[in-house]
Amino acid sequence: MTLLALNPLVSPDPGLFIWSTVAFLILFFLLSKFAWKPIVKALDERERSIEDALSKAEMAKAEMAKLISENEDLLKEARLERDSILKEAKEIKDQIINDAKDQAKTEGAKLIEKAKDEITNQKLAAMAEIKNQVSSLSLAIAEKVLRNQLEDQDKQQALVNDLLKEVKLN
Amino acid sequence: MDLSHIFNSKKFFSIAIYAMLIFFLSFSAFSQEHATSDTAHATAAESHDAKPEKEEDISKMILHHIADSHEWHFFGHVAVPLPVILWTDNGMVSFLSNKFGHNDHGTELLDVNGTKLVYYHGKYFYPEAVKSADGTYIAYNNKGDIINSKPLDISITKNVVSLLISVTVLLVVFIGIANSYKKREGKAPKGLQSILEPIIIFVRDDIAKPQLGHKYRGFMPYLLTVFFFVWLNNLMGLIPFFPGGANLTGNIAVTMMLALCTFVLTTVNGNKNYWGHVFTPHVPWWLYPLMIPVEIIGLFTKPIALMIRLFANITAGHILILSLISLIFILKSVLVAGIAVPFVLFISVIELVVGFIQAFIFTILSALFIGMAVEEKHAEH
Repeated sequence: MTLLALNPLVSPDPGLFIWSTVAFLILFFLLSKFAWKPIVKALDERERSIEDALSKAEMAKAEMAKLISENEDLLKEARLERDSILKEAKEIKDQIINDAKDQAKTEGAKLIEKAKDEITNQKLAAMAEIKNQVSSLSLAIAEKVLRNQLEDQDKQQALVNDLLKEVKLN
Repeated sequence: MDLSHIFNSKKFFSIAIYAMLIFFLSFSAFSQEHATSDTAHATAAESHDAKPEKEEDISKMILHHIADSHEWHFFGHVAVPLPVILWTDNGMVSFLSNKFGHNDHGTELLDVNGTKLVYYHGKYFYPEAVKSADGTYIAYNNKGDIINSKPLDISITKNVVSLLISVTVLLVVFIGIANSYKKREGKAPKGLQSILEPIIIFVRDDIAKPQLGHKYRGFMPYLLTVFFFVWLNNLMGLIPFFPGGANLTGNIAVTMMLALCTFVLTTVNGNKNYWGHVFTPHVPWWLYPLMIPVEIIGLFTKPIALMIRLFANITAGHILILSLISLIFILKSVLVAGIAVPFVLFISVIELVVGFIQAFIFTILSALFIGMAVEEKHAEH
């Protein structure tokens, strides 16, 4: 305490202490009520609104990305569908061609068969005609030959003898 | 606020190096001059006992400058008298400080509404019945302390005026800013608002939140008030003329008041955990007789350290600047000004930084102490 009493520098002055206490408390209450409260509130609110805006922007970005990816999916799907449709069409076309080919083949085969039958028939008819012609010709030839041979008596006798010999044998 | 860029800048270092250079150069110059003047004085016999008296005068002058005063001195003989308010044995008296002239040697009796007073070295005392040998009404005990009793001095002194100015400035500035926050709600800050907003956010994010955690909100008004009060008064103390120059934060009564506020807040808000640390510290029970007194002393040393730190830092800065200026008068050469003035400028710039740092330290330590008081129980404790 003697040290404190010795040096006026470190002995607190009661008057100034009282005044500074009063002034500081008034300052504290006035500033808390009229300055710090609204300032801190405004700062908080602004920060919150900035954060909100940022998070909203982030959300919009995510939404955008989602839309884009959805679009891409759609596009991909459409492409796939187009591919499948094309493939299907190709299949159908192939099938139609094959069917047509098959039909043509069977039709052709049928036609060929018919033609063959016709040919055979014609051939048979021609053969029958030829046979008839040949038989009538040979009959005529035989008649003429027999007539020639039977003009002479001896010969007729010889023939009858021959025939008789043959009958005997039988 | 990150201060590292100040120390990182090349400019800072070049200034520092320049200052060091001047310091060493001037130091050698001083010692040379000192030596020559010593030999010169040695021949003149009476100079020897005049010299210590001169040094005494300088330290008295410095102490006078950083102490409180009943008048606001502007220049030369121009000074504004301030009201003196005394709570005497006969009730309250008040008068302007120049009513009884400027005699502060305690040799004159002042008659204030029938109460006899004596004005001695800037303070009012009740006079002794008879004049002492040195012609004053002041008596001393054998240790050299004044034994006269004093009336309670609640005058509007220079420091009180400065205090009121700073309080007014703070109120006008911050209520103005609060209004512009209301007016420009949700918009970007503008003007003064944009200068002070980063500092307010600095107090919130770098002082309050790290020390107080989620409970910071309730203590923001106190921390902001303390920070800006200390900072503004530190800066005003650096202005050598009106409205500054009052050395308010270098006055122990003011720092005591501030430290007491922190102490009251800490004590009032102390929770079970805090008092538990004081009265049932986590040591073996047989150490309690040692630890509990230590913890109780610790409750008081924290605000006392706060009080002395701010007071000593600011006062030291003022003494340093005044001492450097006084070198001109100690060495009795106007040429010294060529070195002393750049030096004063350098120290003043450092004091600008110190003014901010001390406000920051006072606030962060207050937040730390309050934080310790409101801290919830942790598993590791």
